[in-house]
Amino acid sequence: MAVRKPPITTREYWAPGHAACAGCGCAIIMRLATKAFSEAMEEKYGDPDAFAIAHATGCMEVVSAVFPYTAWKAPWIHVAFENAAAVASGVEAAWKKLGYKGKILAFGGDGGTADIGLQALSGMLERRHNVVYIMYDNEAYMNTGIQRSSSTPYGAWTTTSPPGKYSIGEDKPKKWVALIAAAHQIPYVATASIADPYDLYRKVKKAAKIDGPAFLQIHGPCVPGWRIPPEKTVEVAKLAIETGVWPLFEIENGDIRNIKFQRFPKDGKFKKPIEEYLKLQGRFKHLFKRPEAIQELKEQIKAMWKVLGKEVELP
Amino acid sequence: MPMRKVMKGNEAAAWAAKLAKPKVIAAFPITPSTLVPEKISEFVANGELDAEFIKVESEHSAISACVGASAAGVRAFTATASQGLALMHEILFIAAGMRLPIVMAIGNRALSAPINIWNDWQDTISERDTGWIQFYAENNQEALDLILIAFKVAEDERVLLPAMTGFDAFILTHTVEPVEIPDQELVDEFLGEYKPKHAYLDPKRPITQGTLGFPAHYMEARYKVWEAMENARQVIKEVFEEFEKKFGRKYQMVEEYKTDDAEIVMITMGSLAGTLKEFVDKKREEGVKVGAAKITVYRPFPIEEIRALAKKAKVLAILEKDISFGSGGAVFADVARSLINEKEKPIVLDFIIGLGGRDVTFGQLEEALSIAEKAMKEGVEEEVYWIGLRKEIL
Repeated sequence: MAVRKPPITTREYWAPGHAACAGCGCAIIMRLATKAFSEAMEEKYGDPDAFAIAHATGCMEVVSAVFPYTAWKAPWIHVAFENAAAVASGVEAAWKKLGYKGKILAFGGDGGTADIGLQALSGMLERRHNVVYIMYDNEAYMNTGIQRSSSTPYGAWTTTSPPGKYSIGEDKPKKWVALIAAAHQIPYVATASIADPYDLYRKVKKAAKIDGPAFLQIHGPCVPGWRIPPEKTVEVAKLAIETGVWPLFEIENGDIRNIKFQRFPKDGKFKKPIEEYLKLQGRFKHLFKRPEAIQELKEQIKAMWKVLGKEVELP
Repeated sequence: MPMRKVMKGNEAAAWAAKLAKPKVIAAFPITPSTLVPEKISEFVANGELDAEFIKVESEHSAISACVGASAAGVRAFTATASQGLALMHEILFIAAGMRLPIVMAIGNRALSAPINIWNDWQDTISERDTGWIQFYAENNQEALDLILIAFKVAEDERVLLPAMTGFDAFILTHTVEPVEIPDQELVDEFLGEYKPKHAYLDPKRPITQGTLGFPAHYMEARYKVWEAMENARQVIKEVFEEFEKKFGRKYQMVEEYKTDDAEIVMITMGSLAGTLKEFVDKKREEGVKVGAAKITVYRPFPIEEIRALAKKAKVLAILEKDISFGSGGAVFADVARSLINEKEKPIVLDFIIGLGGRDVTFGQLEEALSIAEKAMKEGVEEEVYWIGLRKEIL
């Protein structure tokens, strides 16, 4: 009887016992991304373990490496908040001189990537290091207790964007680092989501197999930060895709006129209203008393799609 | 045969790096150190140095990339000064805490504001608590030698701490002097290949580096850095001896000059030691019992050597190009700390001098000496003096 190869490798690099919250979306990213990386390394170099990880300070770093324990079954280094890309550059350069065949994987949250680590990221991409940088985007500084980042969406409550008499919550549009990365004309940029693990897996694998830098921005809901029940993590992420809030795309060599989209409605009409996405999350609860803010959010999402070259309709 | 070349301090530092054969160099240009990465790029471009040179976008990333490279298990080097070193500040602690023997050359330069590209030691002095070993060079030869020595000390398994070698902006970085370049073979013997047992990112032996230390473990990790820095005292002495045997040049934690019968010993670091020795010669001719001492190793601070020196003199006059506002000079504080529990101790006076490239003249040294002489006869009036201030524009 023929045995089918599992669609996702059974090897694990992210061990159980880490201290992430129940239902953590970003922990799913850690597990899936390292699995995908391993499969890519196996196919490319014949060695599934041929990678090392450089990690920015943040939730996933804190929960995975509390001395004397570690959740990592791959060589792993954490240095500081803003420099994962620079550290990865150094590791990659050392590996070159040591003659190691393999690739470096860097992880940073949205704070460590969109904000404090943006300069180091740009430097690493521009210098064309052989590094895949994954931004795990939970849309705020969750590790320090839910403060807004430049990747926090419009209208969201955070502890530094509280709604009030003079505030609707976060009042700036979300910054899309994937597009900034694409402007470096690097070989590969993509967005992904934990709600589509096969798509995520395929993209990380593809990124890992490319020679040169790649960047992925991956949506990972945060249970306490988004004020969602732990069992709703995947459902919320899925609704982000279905309502047009989270675009899934790939950009190769900075060619933003030929973006490949995944799960994009053919007619550009999203069937589900963003309210279905918003209503599951405590962070948007106050918006339902402010319909003009929901309207503004819709306009911003349309504008984001327009930048991506798509006219969309949101119900 | 060693080669003699006339070169700038920056070139001497680049030559030292070339001789040490680091596998990764990451650097960002900053005055007055820019020539170091420029020269190293040339070495790499010509195939004279087989290394990856990462042209980073900031000093913060320069030191971060060095941390990554060192943690991956290779010898790593960088060079910077002043604001660049200040920008690295956060990562300097981490490099030491992670026990990565990175070596860095510093063209000692003042810190803003006002922005100033000239010499003082505020940049490296301000990093004294980071866990880096610190050497200060008097001339370009010392800059080269003390970088090689820095690698050897840093990589010793009893130490495993990063090290920086400072040499004064422009006075050394941009001034040409004859420098003996040691034979590559001898340097290879002296340094050996770097093969860390504690820091590597090898997929065959995966380890986790840079963990979170809870209160249950943090203090012990910091204690180990303290212990390593204490071990460095002995290791530095051994390395100095080995260096002298191999290359014929002698180094000491503290180098004394005409101190045996001195009543007043003037203590300094870096290139000012050269001026000071000449000044001492002049005063000796005039019959003044004055000597000089140069601190070559500032971290670990040469406590025992300062105690021995203090036994000889009635006054120790510190001449230093740095200031800790609200207290005094940093070297003064360290000298005072070394003597605090001695039964008999000399008067210790602090002279802040030559900040931001202000020339240190014999006139200024005369002023400091006369204050020291007065204190010796009449007692201490003040402890911290600013020498060479232009009072007319204050």
